[in-house]
Amino acid sequence: MNTSLGITAITVVCLVTLAIGAFGFRLSRTTSDFYVASRMVTPTWNASAIGGEYISAASFLGVAGLVYSLGADMLWLPVGYTVGYLVLLLLVAAPLRRSGAYTLPDFAEARLESVAIRRLCSVLVLGIGWLYLLPQFKGAGLALHTVSGAPAWVGSLIVAVVVVTNVVAGGMRSITLVQAVQYWIKVTAISVPAFLLLSWWVRHGQPIPHVPATPPGHEWARPLSGFGGVEHPVYATYSTLLALCFGTMGLPHVLVRFYTNPDGGTARRTTLVVLALLGLFYVFPPLYGSFGRTYLPHLPTGTSPDSVTLLLPIAVTPGLVGQLMSALLAGGAFAAFLSTASGLTISVAGVVDQDLIRGRLRRSTGGDARAVNGFRIATVAGVIVPFGLSLAARDIGLADTVGLAFAIASSTFCPLLVLGIWWRRLSTAGAATGLVVGGTLATAAVLLTIFRQVHGGWAAALLAQPAAWTLPITFVVMATVSLATPKRIPRGTARTMVRLHAPEALSAALGEPRH
Amino acid sequence: MTTDIDEQTRLGELYMAALVRAQWRLSVSVLASATVMIGGLPLLFLLVPATLTLHIGPIPLPWLILGVLVYPAVWLTGRYYVRQSEQIEREFTELVARR
Repeated sequence: MNTSLGITAITVVCLVTLAIGAFGFRLSRTTSDFYVASRMVTPTWNASAIGGEYISAASFLGVAGLVYSLGADMLWLPVGYTVGYLVLLLLVAAPLRRSGAYTLPDFAEARLESVAIRRLCSVLVLGIGWLYLLPQFKGAGLALHTVSGAPAWVGSLIVAVVVVTNVVAGGMRSITLVQAVQYWIKVTAISVPAFLLLSWWVRHGQPIPHVPATPPGHEWARPLSGFGGVEHPVYATYSTLLALCFGTMGLPHVLVRFYTNPDGGTARRTTLVVLALLGLFYVFPPLYGSFGRTYLPHLPTGTSPDSVTLLLPIAVTPGLVGQLMSALLAGGAFAAFLSTASGLTISVAGVVDQDLIRGRLRRSTGGDARAVNGFRIATVAGVIVPFGLSLAARDIGLADTVGLAFAIASSTFCPLLVLGIWWRRLSTAGAATGLVVGGTLATAAVLLTIFRQVHGGWAAALLAQPAAWTLPITFVVMATVSLATPKRIPRGTARTMVRLHAPEALSAALGEPRH
Repeated sequence: MTTDIDEQTRLGELYMAALVRAQWRLSVSVLASATVMIGGLPLLFLLVPATLTLHIGPIPLPWLILGVLVYPAVWLTGRYYVRQSEQIEREFTELVARR
């Protein structure tokens, strides 16, 4: 393989990201700039930015890898990533924007009037953020290794350095435009080679993949067949779908982007555009998984299925065209790692800084520390842990790791948001108990799965896809404890509910009351 | 009088409760339809095995549904919800402003 083209594409993407970051540093640096700038942003641009931040390593490489290795059931992943935004639209989009919260801990504190719950949410954001960052670093290592043969840690390190540099400099934060452009880079990078592959496939007899059924009778192309030794495929499908559909609203980097909407009504319309943009993108990754089975039936030993997207163009057309397409895909993949990792790092660092570092720093330095230092320390701390984990963790699929992050988000923040927005009787005690119980159960399941403590059978299936039981348990615990502790209902609940649900047109009318 | 809502008099609270209830009913009904439409697919594949082997051209039906058709359906569901939800808010605002 011609390595220079791929390296060039990756270098260009990294340099452009750094350059825009440096440029953005001079443009705007504060949350209020972010907000003011947003008034000029149309739902289409804002939706592109949301899509740009959301489409990660898991989407760009991981989905194709899993469709390749586990077959038709994995088609549910992109469906779930998209339906997650539909559920977010139905249950939380407008009220969440109207709450004025910038992060999930902000929302929790505003709704429940409790600093303790705010802290609890910060810890959860940190955990989910780390788990979601891990596959971005792993994916970067994999992509660079595939196009250049460099050791995996080099690619991870490049992404870590670019992201830290950008976030510490303060770029990326305010620039809806950058993330929006990243979306269109990713769509171009994944669709152009896909169309070339498609036309090649049509012109060359439209072969369908013939995959030997393993175990016998378990066919690759057939849903729920348990191909590749997946146990209890029906449970796994439903539990995954549940985690993705109800976890999206609880991802740390999703809410921040909603703040960019001027009001609740626009938040809804923006989400609708997001649904269209995600649908447009997610048509493509399964194509790579499927073509992979046709044109790359046997991956070289030691090659991760996650790299099938990058290998496919060269396998089909070994000439310059194939190499150009592979380079384009590698560049697009790096855009995915960088944009998602930047969004996550900003969210994680913001929370770590505000809730876990700043108070302590002030105490230990007698109030001398400048706020920006806290944010810098938080950024480095936020990135070092998942970077280290990406070097240490055993090989686990990119989309699998992301799935675990979704599972924790759906078992903690989803009940908190849904009950917080729609149920007046949610009490502080109920919310706290629910977060602790759901967070503990889901995290335990995730850790046991990552460190492979349980082998085979129902136990392994339940732990690998915990959302189907952890999500209902959290809802029940939160509701039951709330009903048992009516005295712990926040005093401002009625007023908060008005703010969450009153249409902006009404607030405008309230500004000039008619008697 | 619009200040009813702001001052949280009894009447204002009743109005707000009605708005929240209307929005909640809309969200839950759309969510239920989406659950039947999307969540019903694995069940369909499981209970009607013929759907698994059906091909449209060279493409198996489940791949066509999950790979392509589901996305426009999700978008249309979202569009229906946004329109209905805006309608509820418009009617509510008019009602309050009229008083």
